Amino acid sequence: MSAVAAPQASGYNFAYLDEQTKRMIRRAILKGIAIPGYQVPFSSREMPMPYGWGTGGVQVTAAIIGPDDVLKVIDQGSDDTTNAVSIRKFFAKTAGVATTTETKDATIIQTRHRIPERQLTEKQTIVFQVPIPEPLRFLEPRETETRKLHALADYGLMHVKLYEDISRHGHIATTYDYPVEVADRYVMNPSPTPKFDNPKMHMSPALQLFGAGREKRIYAVPPFTKVRSLDFEDHPFEVQKFDKPCALCAATNVYLDEVVLDDRGGRMFVCSDSDYCEERRADGHRGELSGEAPHLVGGAA
Amino acid sequence: MSALAITAGFADPVIEAQAHFHALMNALARPGSIQPFPAALDAPAPLTPELAAVALTLADHEATLWLDETLAASKSVVDYLRFHTGARLVANPSDAAFALVADVAAMPSLASFAQGTDEYPDRSTTIIVAVETLAAGGELELAGPGIEDRTRFDLSPRPAGLAAQLAANRAKFPRGVDLVFVGAREVAALPRTTLVSEV
Repeated sequence: MSAVAAPQASGYNFAYLDEQTKRMIRRAILKGIAIPGYQVPFSSREMPMPYGWGTGGVQVTAAIIGPDDVLKVIDQGSDDTTNAVSIRKFFAKTAGVATTTETKDATIIQTRHRIPERQLTEKQTIVFQVPIPEPLRFLEPRETETRKLHALADYGLMHVKLYEDISRHGHIATTYDYPVEVADRYVMNPSPTPKFDNPKMHMSPALQLFGAGREKRIYAVPPFTKVRSLDFEDHPFEVQKFDKPCALCAATNVYLDEVVLDDRGGRMFVCSDSDYCEERRADGHRGELSGEAPHLVGGAA
Repeated sequence: MSALAITAGFADPVIEAQAHFHALMNALARPGSIQPFPAALDAPAPLTPELAAVALTLADHEATLWLDETLAASKSVVDYLRFHTGARLVANPSDAAFALVADVAAMPSLASFAQGTDEYPDRSTTIIVAVETLAAGGELELAGPGIEDRTRFDLSPRPAGLAAQLAANRAKFPRGVDLVFVGAREVAALPRTTLVSEV
């Protein structure tokens, strides 16, 4: 599917939010870009969807989107889950912007917990929906204290947490929302993306914006910025490895989802990034189960 | 004051504010890059259309404005900004969310603006400076977040002791001010993260 434009519904301001709200969010975004990884407080609004459905990401997207933008929304890598479809429809309706499922055509990609497998470009902005922006929150519940720890760049607590992982499990057991250090200063939550995606944030050509609606925080990683996953010299950061390629498109070095096939223990592992998988299948790549899968899942031809 | 004394702002406030914000966002995200900035509005001199476009895009009753002496001395400029933004005008640069500078030669030191605190470094001034020309290439070498390796940038006229002032500003990180330069229909920025050296 290439970009599809829709007429804007009447009765809404462009992209739903009122102009004063957009200015407030825009000011927060600019400060976020100037202080990479620092969480800028903003007066998050009620949105026509519940907290946890991406209200922070939606507000950031609404503040930056223009009539010429092409929007892609993914939920766990997929373009066709409820959350992704409804947010895409929301902007098609309130802003009349073109939407797409193809990573290469998008200028703004709003994401819940994945970074597309295809390398992003300088023309693109990726907006993350963030549930808990504070990396230290489960270690120190008081906002006054975590704010002080960030001010002092005191991240010892986080290193103790990772060390406790090692002493208990023999390795760092954090697999998603894996803390990163941005531009040699702030420790930041990358939102619950699998740690597999952390290396994609480092020196990314695309601007990365993060919106947490319930927690009322916006933060950013400018393009070409150092993003280092926290680790230890003797326990270096590692991403997940899969022992099989994608069962539909045979891709390796991608993040795979497990799909249960029957009640006798049958399962398959397929690309979590649905656009990437479709594109590879359209290019003729075939995985070991692509013939078995239902026609629609297996793709045309 | 007659109603006719105030000239027009954006013809299409919603779409034009988004376009100008987009240029400002890209300018700050990619320091030293020069972004097109249409600024098609009728601002009263000595307020340049570009300064007016930034103010109308970002300032409102929640974000204070500081005007340099040249701008503050003009009643039509003050009326224009009050009418179009509703922003509170402050006399002390350290109270400003945004500062508009039309006369580069008389610009106060960066340290006299709001620097933010260690806990809230975002509570700092974004200084908007009107200059004559912005140039890619030139005598300032930039590095830091938003820049792949190194890039060159220059502006004219240049505020006095800019490189030394920016180095002092960078040393305070995460506190510090962010600079936006507007020229003829273009914008560039130096956020506090950028390392600037003269070559």
